[in-house]
Amino acid sequence: MDATSSAFPENSRRALADERLQEALHRLADGFPARRREAVDRLPEFDQLRAQARAVKDHVLENLDSYLERFAAKVEEAGGHVHWCRDALEARQTVLRICRDAGARTVTKSKSMVGEEIAINEHLEAHGIEPVETDLGEYIIQLRREAPSHLIAPAIHLSKDQVTETFKAAHGEFPVGRRLDEPRAMLDEARTVLRKRFVEADVGITGANMIIAETGTAVVVTNEGNADLTMTLPKVHIAITGIEKVVPTLDDAVTVLRLLARSATGQDVTVYTTFATGPRRDDDVDGPDAFHVVLLDNGRSALMESDFRDILRCIRCGACLNHCPVYSAVGGHAYGWVYSGPMGSVLNPGLVGIEEAHHLPNASTFCGACEEVCPVGIPLPKMLRHWRERAFRARAVGATGRAGMRAWAFLALRPRLYRAVTGAVMAVLGALGRRRGRFRRLPLAGGWTVARDLAAPQGPTFISQWAQRRRERS
Amino acid sequence: MSTAREQILGNLRKALGRGHLSPDREAQLDARLSASGGAVIPARGRVEGQARITAFCDEAARVGTTVARVPSSAAAPAAVADYLAEHDLAADIRLAPDPFLADLPWSEQAALSTSAGPARPTDTVSVTTATAAAETGTLVLASGPESPTTLNFLPDTHIAVLLAETIVGAYEATWSAVRAADGPLPRVVNWITGPSRTADIEQTLLIGIHGPRRQHIVLIDGQDT
Ligand code: SF4
Repeated sequence: MDATSSAFPENSRRALADERLQEALHRLADGFPARRREAVDRLPEFDQLRAQARAVKDHVLENLDSYLERFAAKVEEAGGHVHWCRDALEARQTVLRICRDAGARTVTKSKSMVGEEIAINEHLEAHGIEPVETDLGEYIIQLRREAPSHLIAPAIHLSKDQVTETFKAAHGEFPVGRRLDEPRAMLDEARTVLRKRFVEADVGITGANMIIAETGTAVVVTNEGNADLTMTLPKVHIAITGIEKVVPTLDDAVTVLRLLARSATGQDVTVYTTFATGPRRDDDVDGPDAFHVVLLDNGRSALMESDFRDILRCIRCGACLNHCPVYSAVGGHAYGWVYSGPMGSVLNPGLVGIEEAHHLPNASTFCGACEEVCPVGIPLPKMLRHWRERAFRARAVGATGRAGMRAWAFLALRPRLYRAVTGAVMAVLGALGRRRGRFRRLPLAGGWTVARDLAAPQGPTFISQWAQRRRERS
Repeated sequence: MSTAREQILGNLRKALGRGHLSPDREAQLDARLSASGGAVIPARGRVEGQARITAFCDEAARVGTTVARVPSSAAAPAAVADYLAEHDLAADIRLAPDPFLADLPWSEQAALSTSAGPARPTDTVSVTTATAAAETGTLVLASGPESPTTLNFLPDTHIAVLLAETIVGAYEATWSAVRAADGPLPRVVNWITGPSRTADIEQTLLIGIHGPRRQHIVLIDGQDT
């Protein structure tokens, strides 16, 4: 997927003016957080599990090289293949090669964010292989040629009328005048269409929510059962995943699973949780003949360097999106690349570069809700601040912004001068604004006052009031 | 590909500020991999006896799995026939090729016709065995010659025959049932918690998108001889 993160301001403006999108975002904000709360309240050990999951993930990252090698050895022991891919291009080529070797014409796919990251669908299409998304939400947006707008609810931005239009345009095999206004009817139609595709497919591509070093297993969770049909019916199963997804043992995977669905949708566990290890065994009567795992780096090993390592604990639950006031206002597409919300604002600059993504670290009110709900305790606000610093250093911030920050830094480093200047500014603003109590427009802050007024200062600065009070007390 | 592998691993080691792990450290990781336990196991996974069976049934009901309790395995075919009749479903069932299921008195149910093997796209009802975890009302099925995976996903209705004594409390306890002593895991272990569902259209919860529309359990409640 090509990044358009540098257009975040324009993207957001468009999103805020889009009524259908705003309605959809309200539905999201009403639904997920309340259901998560309920699920967490039903599990008194939730915080203990969080601490444990965090410790597991930190332990893995400390020893990531060894755990990946152990995982690869176990996959091979079970008769599978592991493909190490440094970047998106290498991963695309690997998947294409496996599909070609299998003589594939169609490929079913279950939702995979890494698949989006490497733009695998476009690549397969360009080489004459048809990829068919099977998660209902992904299927809808594939027909519309859109990108997912949420980690776990990819079509969250659409209304049911839009789905009706999309299905009517795409499913020529059904009568034109059929009724298709209820979600139930749409679901039945999608089930019929996709069932055929499942059975025909030559290769099935899934993501992996985790991979397990102890056993060489890929863990895949869904509510629909589409990943299971994707990996069971074709001759070949390819699981594509990031190198940070490894956990040591089956029991460690269980710890993460106890947090994942609760944080994501507020379910205790997803309907289907699948542990896939290797290809069909000699005496099996179904299942794929070949099992491949594509391990993608694509900038992750670089993130291991101190400041951003914590984001590699992310289990892609989406809770930080669901609780973010900025995500809830503009939706996922505004972020301009695969990942959105707070985790996207931290991860995308690492994967596509801070120059492209320099707006994203600013897409935050620093309210801290994301860190509070994150099941693996990722300090998202702190990392957004680190990215802001890097954006500044990388000169991704415009000239006026840089000059302003330099001026502020100059003052902030000189406390006496700072007090003198702020005191004078307060006095002047206070005097000028005495009559109306607020300013409609300010020089040098035109952008800020377009949509709001600045209250006029009511007295001396905080610092001088504080000093005054201490003098009075003593 | 070995160059990509070496480069990725090399980058990780560089970022971690070290070379290969020391043999001592590797041995510690070996020990961690073979140790079990030490984990936080929720209280709801630590129930015993009859309370565990009740907890399992309650959790299953919460996610829309239906449960029929019968006293003995001999009563299972009748329970399957009743369920199908009650829901007006065709009585052609596809059985897992499992000797336990094969031994049940299916022929006493005149309405049922049975065959055994992996699911074909035309099969509408499957019957398999399963074990379970009470923690979340979750069925556990491991693939194998007697337990084809397609039966769990292709038919519209999946019925699992479950012996009450095989229900464990927490997820951790399910591994010993599916794992050979030291061999690899079965090709697939499926945890199934309710019928297939989606909320992808306007967040409306709907049942039966790709997997079974109905998830039913015939629970044999320990009184069997
Ligand atoms: S950062 Fe935390 S809350 Fe956000 S998706 Fe990742 S794990 Fe979930």
